[in-house]
Amino acid sequence: MATSPAERTLRPLRSRRGLAWLLAAPLAWLVVFLALPVAIVFSISLAQQTLAMPPYTPILVWDAVEGLRVDVTLEHYAFLIEDPFYLEALLGSLGMAASTTLICLLIAFPMAHAMATAPARWRAAMLLAVILPFWTSFLLRVYAWTGLLAGRGPINQMLLALGLIDSPLPLMNSNLAVQIGLVYAYLPFMVLPLYAALDRFDGSLLEAAADLGATPWTAFRTVTLPLVWPGVLAGSALVFIPVTGEFVIPDLLGGADTLMLGKVLWEEFFANRAWPQAAAVAVCMLLLVALPGLLRAAWEFVRGQRQGVPAVAARGGH
Amino acid sequence: MSRRRWPDAVARLLGCLLAPALLVSASPVVAAEEPVLNILNWSDYIAPGTIPAFEAETGIRVRYDVFDANEVLEAKLLAGRSGYDIVVPSAHFVARQIAAGVFQPLDRARLPGLANLDPEVMRTLAAYDPGNAHVVPWLWGTTGLGYNVAAVEERLGGTPPASWQLLLDPANAARLADCGIALLDAPMEVIPSVLIGLGLPPNSEDPAHLDRAFAALEAIRPHIRYFHSGQYINDLANGEICLALGYSGDILMARARAEEAAVVQTLRYVIPQEGALVWFDVLAIPKDARQPGNAHRFIEFILRPEVIAEVSNAVRYANANLKATALVDEAIRMDPGIYPDAALRARLVANLPHGPKFERRINRAWSRLKAGRAR
Repeated sequence: MATSPAERTLRPLRSRRGLAWLLAAPLAWLVVFLALPVAIVFSISLAQQTLAMPPYTPILVWDAVEGLRVDVTLEHYAFLIEDPFYLEALLGSLGMAASTTLICLLIAFPMAHAMATAPARWRAAMLLAVILPFWTSFLLRVYAWTGLLAGRGPINQMLLALGLIDSPLPLMNSNLAVQIGLVYAYLPFMVLPLYAALDRFDGSLLEAAADLGATPWTAFRTVTLPLVWPGVLAGSALVFIPVTGEFVIPDLLGGADTLMLGKVLWEEFFANRAWPQAAAVAVCMLLLVALPGLLRAAWEFVRGQRQGVPAVAARGGH
Repeated sequence: MSRRRWPDAVARLLGCLLAPALLVSASPVVAAEEPVLNILNWSDYIAPGTIPAFEAETGIRVRYDVFDANEVLEAKLLAGRSGYDIVVPSAHFVARQIAAGVFQPLDRARLPGLANLDPEVMRTLAAYDPGNAHVVPWLWGTTGLGYNVAAVEERLGGTPPASWQLLLDPANAARLADCGIALLDAPMEVIPSVLIGLGLPPNSEDPAHLDRAFAALEAIRPHIRYFHSGQYINDLANGEICLALGYSGDILMARARAEEAAVVQTLRYVIPQEGALVWFDVLAIPKDARQPGNAHRFIEFILRPEVIAEVSNAVRYANANLKATALVDEAIRMDPGIYPDAALRARLVANLPHGPKFERRINRAWSRLKAGRAR
């Protein structure tokens, strides 16, 4: 029986030891930079706040008489439910993340499409234009917006000069400023995955659809969209997840009525010195953001098991 | 807002892992200190010549970092191993930090310059630091009102009162809303100030008093453009806002910048007649400082009248060194916003520390106020 090229290259790894070594590096990375910090944050969330260095009680206490004693409390999680403030902040963050993702998608899709269909000699330059802002500090770029949006800033000056407004618009320190800043900062994270997806897209499929009588809209809906859907999902995740926890942009551009989780976390940690409470907020945030992804992965794994093929192969199939 | 430097983070991680192995070598025997001193001070808070003069005289190389909020400094200190030999917290944060065991006691024998300090200030500081054992005053100031003279007079029709009513009277706030009102994003500064304005005890923990303070703020909330502890300096100077509840030195710095700006603005700082909060920033040595000897030399250097007078001249804050007053520029020494006269000084109140439950209540009510949501 003939083996496919993929199986041939995979063969040396069939030896279990080789596979184990290959997986050791990413596994170690995950343990050191994901599992360990999360475990530390989780353990702090179970401790009591106190006046000491660090400002929480140890959760494992060694007692000469009783031996090892575990001293944990769930009160910080109970407080998250008791006080509606956290829910309001969560809704504020999720709303901002959803609108940012949607706006980024609407702007990025035409951009990525233009890049993918542009003549080859232009593509590198266009790609560079998208990536170029990353060469400057993120903080600096957000800070630059405070100047642009200021009452006497260039945007207001221009609108005044054009006679569109009579007095400067209060753009700064508003939810609008935060929205502008978020879309500006996260747009490249939407453009790049979409570009990657659209770049692989075979344009002749659309011609075929047109030959078969599809309108451009039908062709887009039934041919383009399903094929670039993974790019849309990847871009949306890259925008939605970090925006949910964003702190810098709402802090610099936001007004007093901007209520987002990142600021609540800051307040618990710095203003209240409530490290355990801040840790509880962080753990819940992580669960909330990671849970949909984990559920999807679990579902695919189960589906793969049922069909009797490895989950990885099942996913590679479509 | 500063991002942590990588080498530092890596060194700290290694430090955590190796700490048990190194315990023996880290015994508190006073070895010869490296000629290095790590200082963490507020931004824009020293004269340009102070550090070079100290380095030239002692041969100690100074690494000077800045921070912009007491909360950020406190988080660094509570986490431990901050790596700094001198830090400059505000006095009302210090009581809690001393209780948490963050600082080492000063070796007074090495600080003969302590005799230059104002005994009245030292008595006030003893409320935070019993026996003046841990901290030495750096500079002090007040929390009051700064405003753009032309913009405010135009809207209120005449010279505004030197009173908290300029801000707290909803009629005044409404008339100033269009030119912009900013408040410090610091409940522990603003709430006591409002209590003073309402004629209530500023350090009150009485829920009825707090309700009145928050009700007064809610009444003017629609007219407040933003809450921020640093942005108002530039905005006052540029005319983006016309009234700020802020720190004396910041507003006076804005005044100096406004006089140099393209469109010249005239700013005024007032300590309201009802009284105001007085606060002190202090020098302290963390318990785990690696160069406590150098830190003592720096504090003694700062205690010299001519050194601290130069700092006051540069940053426009009063110092607590009695012998330095005569050396401070006359324009600063005679400015009632910086060196208030005895009658006004008698109405200045120090901010006392509160318990964690009370602070959480205030902070939460503050967040709700800022977000424009009812309590």
